[in-house]
Amino acid sequence: MVIKTKIGSESSILSVGAYRPSRLVPNSEIVDAIDSSDEWIVQRTGIESRRFAGPDESVVDMAIGAAEQALTRAKLTIKDIDSVIVATITYPHQAPSAATAIIQRMGNPTAAAFDISAACAGFCYGVAMAHDFVRAGSAKKVLVIGVEKITDFTDPTDRATAFIFADGAGAVVIGETEGAGIGPVEWGSDSENRDAILMNPSWIDIRDTETQLTRADIKWPNISQEGQKVFRWAVFSMSKAALKALDSAGLSVNEIDAFIPHQANVRIIETMAKEMKLPDSVIIADDIRTNGNTSAASIPLAMDALLLKHPELHGKLALLIGYGAGLVYAGQVVRLPAKP
Amino acid sequence: MALSPADVLAGIKEIVEEVAGIPAASIELDKNFTDDLEVDSLSMVEVVVACEERFGVKIPDEKVTDLATVGDAVNFIVNAAA
Repeated sequence: MVIKTKIGSESSILSVGAYRPSRLVPNSEIVDAIDSSDEWIVQRTGIESRRFAGPDESVVDMAIGAAEQALTRAKLTIKDIDSVIVATITYPHQAPSAATAIIQRMGNPTAAAFDISAACAGFCYGVAMAHDFVRAGSAKKVLVIGVEKITDFTDPTDRATAFIFADGAGAVVIGETEGAGIGPVEWGSDSENRDAILMNPSWIDIRDTETQLTRADIKWPNISQEGQKVFRWAVFSMSKAALKALDSAGLSVNEIDAFIPHQANVRIIETMAKEMKLPDSVIIADDIRTNGNTSAASIPLAMDALLLKHPELHGKLALLIGYGAGLVYAGQVVRLPAKP
Repeated sequence: MALSPADVLAGIKEIVEEVAGIPAASIELDKNFTDDLEVDSLSMVEVVVACEERFGVKIPDEKVTDLATVGDAVNFIVNAAA
């Protein structure tokens, strides 16, 4: 007997949606706790403000906000979705997943649903998986959500991270299309440097009283990072990975219209663009300036902002690259969704 | 291949000028990258990577913080290339 298999079709991003927390936090509000200044933060990161979620804006609340906007723009409902992938590292439950809370609340409680942990690369991992699901016939319409409430896991007095990270959610609907709207993923890891971005201590450390007593200075799994190490990897390895993703799609830097990298730091984005020799015709997303680094949410949020600012980019080609804790990365060329 | 300190200094001057926009004339061996030249930590990474490519040496992340002055960088690169 043979096993019957399915064959799907090419897929594309049908729409994008965003949820930005209502509270805008300027640098002036956070500088005292880290003995810094607005000028220092802007010079090092390009960040002028960011958004912090309030008590009534949970990971699930924000994810649903972004998903609803993406569905509306695609003229679809949650019932049309057969798989939900949520990229996050800040959902505060080990199980069940944020994805199952989302489908339950949105009204499609039987869809396939799960979370993935690939930090700031999570959205691009999700896009790659959704594309493969559709091509393999495992799904017809997939909701990919990147969401973080990273302020729950950030020490407001940490001079290396407090001014960088922010909250928010972005979502895309990926569905069947005749032509390919998503190129091959270029992905991988540099796990030798997995200590460069960390959330410590572990839940076991927290449970273990003895450990807790000996490490009294660490009481909560807050994010930390080695800025210089991450900067070097991000700029010099990720620009090569992004160019590979472009090459895999059979394109050159002159044939794309937009570059939407993970919004980690304006300095990283600008230096990457220089390393990649992107022509001036390529519009570069810089949502980080006003919305900070939202980890897995940053690329769909930046995509949404870019399309609002440059409506001429609807239907045009963009290069995405996500990278973060792991260290892990994923990038691909996508055709930006058509105008709703 | 052995590098001369003078050649390395000349190369570093060009790199720092290119990366951080600091006139080559003001870059001397005793200048501190942070305090005198105001090269910040991220620009320092760019300088280090450019030096690695230009001089064919490896400068590990943990060594970067030891390179306080231009002279420290020249000595490290000359020794690493020897």
